[in-house]
Amino acid sequence: MQSPVTHAVDADFLALPRAALADAALDAARRGGAQHADLRVQRLRSQHLELRDGRVVVAADQESVGLAVRVLRDGVWGFAAHVDLTPETAAATARRALEVSGTLAALATERVTLADEPVHAGVTWVSPYDVDPWAVDVADKIGLLTARSTALLAAPGVDHVAASCVQVKEQTFYADTAGTTTTQQRVRVDPDVTITTVDRAAGGFETLRTLAPPTGRGWEYLTGTGWDWDAELAELPDLLAEKVAAPSVEAGPTDLVIDPTNLWLVIHESIGHATEYDRAIGYEAAYAGTSFATPDKLGTLRYGSDVLTVTGDRTVPHGLASVGWDDDGVATGEFDLVRDGVLVGYQVDRSFAPRLGLERSNGCAYADSAEHVPLQRMANVSLRADPDTDRSTAALIDGVEDGIYVVGDRSWSIDMQRYNFQFTGQRFHRIRGGKLVGQVRDVGYQATTTDFWGSLEAVGGRSTWRLGGAFNCGKAQPGQVAPVSHGCPSALLRQVTVLNTGSGS
Amino acid sequence: MSAPGSALVERTLAIAARQAPDAGAVATVREVSEAVVRWANSTLTTNGQTVERRLSVIMLVPLDGGTGAGVATVPAPTALAAGPEGDAVIGEAVAGAVQAARRAGPARDAAPLPASTDGDPGDWHDGAGETSMAVFGRLAEELGASFRPDEASFGFADHRVTTTWLGTSAGVRRRWVEPGGSVEINLKDPATGTSVWGGEGATDVADVDVTALVGRLRDRLPWGRRWIDLPAGRYETILPPSAVSDLMIYMAWSMGGRPAQEGRSAFSRAGGTRVGERLGPLPLTLAGDPAAPGFPDLAYTPVLATTYSGDEVSVFDNGATTGRVEWVRDGEVATLAYPRAAATEYDAPFAAPTDNLVLTGGEDATLEEMVASTERGLLLTCLWYIREVDPSTLLLTGLTRDGVYLVERGEIVGEVNNFRFNESPLDLLRRATEAGTTERTLPREWKDWFTRAAMPPLRVPDYHMTSVSPGR
Repeated sequence: MQSPVTHAVDADFLALPRAALADAALDAARRGGAQHADLRVQRLRSQHLELRDGRVVVAADQESVGLAVRVLRDGVWGFAAHVDLTPETAAATARRALEVSGTLAALATERVTLADEPVHAGVTWVSPYDVDPWAVDVADKIGLLTARSTALLAAPGVDHVAASCVQVKEQTFYADTAGTTTTQQRVRVDPDVTITTVDRAAGGFETLRTLAPPTGRGWEYLTGTGWDWDAELAELPDLLAEKVAAPSVEAGPTDLVIDPTNLWLVIHESIGHATEYDRAIGYEAAYAGTSFATPDKLGTLRYGSDVLTVTGDRTVPHGLASVGWDDDGVATGEFDLVRDGVLVGYQVDRSFAPRLGLERSNGCAYADSAEHVPLQRMANVSLRADPDTDRSTAALIDGVEDGIYVVGDRSWSIDMQRYNFQFTGQRFHRIRGGKLVGQVRDVGYQATTTDFWGSLEAVGGRSTWRLGGAFNCGKAQPGQVAPVSHGCPSALLRQVTVLNTGSGS
Repeated sequence: MSAPGSALVERTLAIAARQAPDAGAVATVREVSEAVVRWANSTLTTNGQTVERRLSVIMLVPLDGGTGAGVATVPAPTALAAGPEGDAVIGEAVAGAVQAARRAGPARDAAPLPASTDGDPGDWHDGAGETSMAVFGRLAEELGASFRPDEASFGFADHRVTTTWLGTSAGVRRRWVEPGGSVEINLKDPATGTSVWGGEGATDVADVDVTALVGRLRDRLPWGRRWIDLPAGRYETILPPSAVSDLMIYMAWSMGGRPAQEGRSAFSRAGGTRVGERLGPLPLTLAGDPAAPGFPDLAYTPVLATTYSGDEVSVFDNGATTGRVEWVRDGEVATLAYPRAAATEYDAPFAAPTDNLVLTGGEDATLEEMVASTERGLLLTCLWYIREVDPSTLLLTGLTRDGVYLVERGEIVGEVNNFRFNESPLDLLRRATEAGTTERTLPREWKDWFTRAAMPPLRVPDYHMTSVSPGR
């Protein structure tokens, strides 16, 4: 494996009149009485390739770009955005943001203050990747997905193959009235292959999807860097054949060994969202919801067993939330959320840090496009591997007399206070006497967050730790999506409630 | 404020014709003007006024063995509509779409572009519709007046005006403006911990009577004064229109014809599809209709415009006239979604996903009357975090939210804990015993993607609550 090349920000983004737009917008904001203002120019390029049964269904390129101005005047935010990248529009958009702030100021009974942040002037950050997806001919990309689809279609029992890859390049220029100016570029890819077997006579079907997570890498991820596609695709048909022939699960409390390819999503839903400070104080109450982990419990809430230590970061290589500076102009880093099972921190932005009594933000501001306002969004929230023993997944399985090993994510649902969740998965392997003895099907597991993490008996070592993630974490109104990764080891949890989804019970 | 999108569409089609004279071409300009306001804990949180404009080019390129499709979408600043620099950007987008089409190979959904059915529309050269924060004048006043120290108010209001210009090399020229907005309010009573939600969609958000909406929510707050713990289990349950809409929307999204024909859908059955299958005793009809008879606010423009192909829709169908589709008719599965090519392949009618959904066929009973005729059961407010558990049965899981109430002898006697449910909308249609009056509603869960819905309340005798959810 070659080490990642650090690319430069693309010349055509650098050629945009960034300084002129910033000067025009920030000057207009200052003249209008803003105590703080920032301008963001954000460009998103994406390419979506999708094949069904070896034929292309979607080959689409999309690009969006615009400028966004946020002003803070007398403690009240105002936001406006426009598609035209001219200094005149930048100034007009700043004035529009001031108008917006004024129009609704009467509804604002609380005043916003921002945590201090050192000035970061003229800084640049580019995510680590080898091959820019836009440097690869689309014919080669489609050729690779076609070859993989064709090979799978030829395997016994595979009736349909869906193969897709979404590739994104995100570029952001940020400038604020304090003098911070950042220019950043990140690349991410989300490849996916799903095979389906159909029983036409009996009228049923079953699917299996690849476990490769979306990641902050380039096209090299599709060709073997960071994931062994050949190995995974080779075993997929046999695993599906075993799955479809497997017995239905017996519902009831069950010991689970959960693979990182499934556990990342539980962390996302039950810890990632629950430790968002804006949620915890009600800012999402009417939409995404609140959190059971309220600030009055900071430092005392028993989130889980002593084994549970969870951090937030925006720095891990290839993490989907990793970036140099956030959309508040804050330098990113790593911070504790749960330590030895106790809630010890929250994810914040510059407006929420002072409310929590923090001197500085931990860098969680993000807007998904120019037309949306930055919010507190999720860092890469990750579960620490066992720091002392590099226990393997097999060793965790060895500690289970009668249980299930859960692999890959599928269905997920959690309530608005992040208490009650239900997950399914791609594969479920029965454990008997510490050994895997074949798949079972129709498995769902349901728990209350603190009960679930309280039943965490052991985590695997560093060698089991993997980054999972998603492109489409949703929050806020109007809706925004954010890419985020979660690292975790394999984990052993005792007596989790398993349901049989085949009977719906 | 902006140059009309019609000029940009014409330039794009002209450049496409020069670059690829044999190819079919679709050009779409879409401008979205939006104003939003959000509040929490009875204070303003975020807001904004934005303008976004994009040009999409779809090139349908003849190849050996068929036609390939490629799509390119680029931002459409004002500068794009004029000058050689704009032509270069458009030319690059067209070339990118042509290249993607060639690389993609012959498409399974290929069909000749639909011909124009109308003459030159009079509004083709008109500009874009606009909105601004001014639409919230009434809302700001009424909302501010509604804030009370003994209550916490949370919510969101938005108003967006979307203007679309669609032109194709087959002669279609259509422009349409779709204004739409909504107001959602969530009130919490700190004394009882109770939380209530209500929302309304409207063509013009200024028409929403916030004072009346808050009043209806306040009528529910006292129900939270008596708390009743109930265990998981099957309950007679009245689903209000919002809850019904979220379940019906998910079902409609799952009604692709090809997946059903290929045996990989809940609408498949051994040897065929479920079209013609009776679901249950109630003569319910789930239809989408651009004309929206009875619900003029739900009407939409009967022209297909899409930048993606999939099982239900095709880029080759851009410009097609769409009409009423009855997905379920008188209690039977009636129609599945087919792009034109798939419709030919399977000898089924062309049916595109509809932009509204109306469920009819119930009695005249209002929600209140259905409560009054209930001996013992649950009344829900809305559903949340609905996700598919088993696609072969369309089993969905999700949670109740912002108010579950116990009804005894026709009266609401208190508030009950929330539940997680596991249910299939197909099974609910099979088991529902009563449907009430159809009314416009706001889908709580899917509102970001689908707002035009009118549904009746439904009574289900044995709704499956699989666990208690401690959140309120």
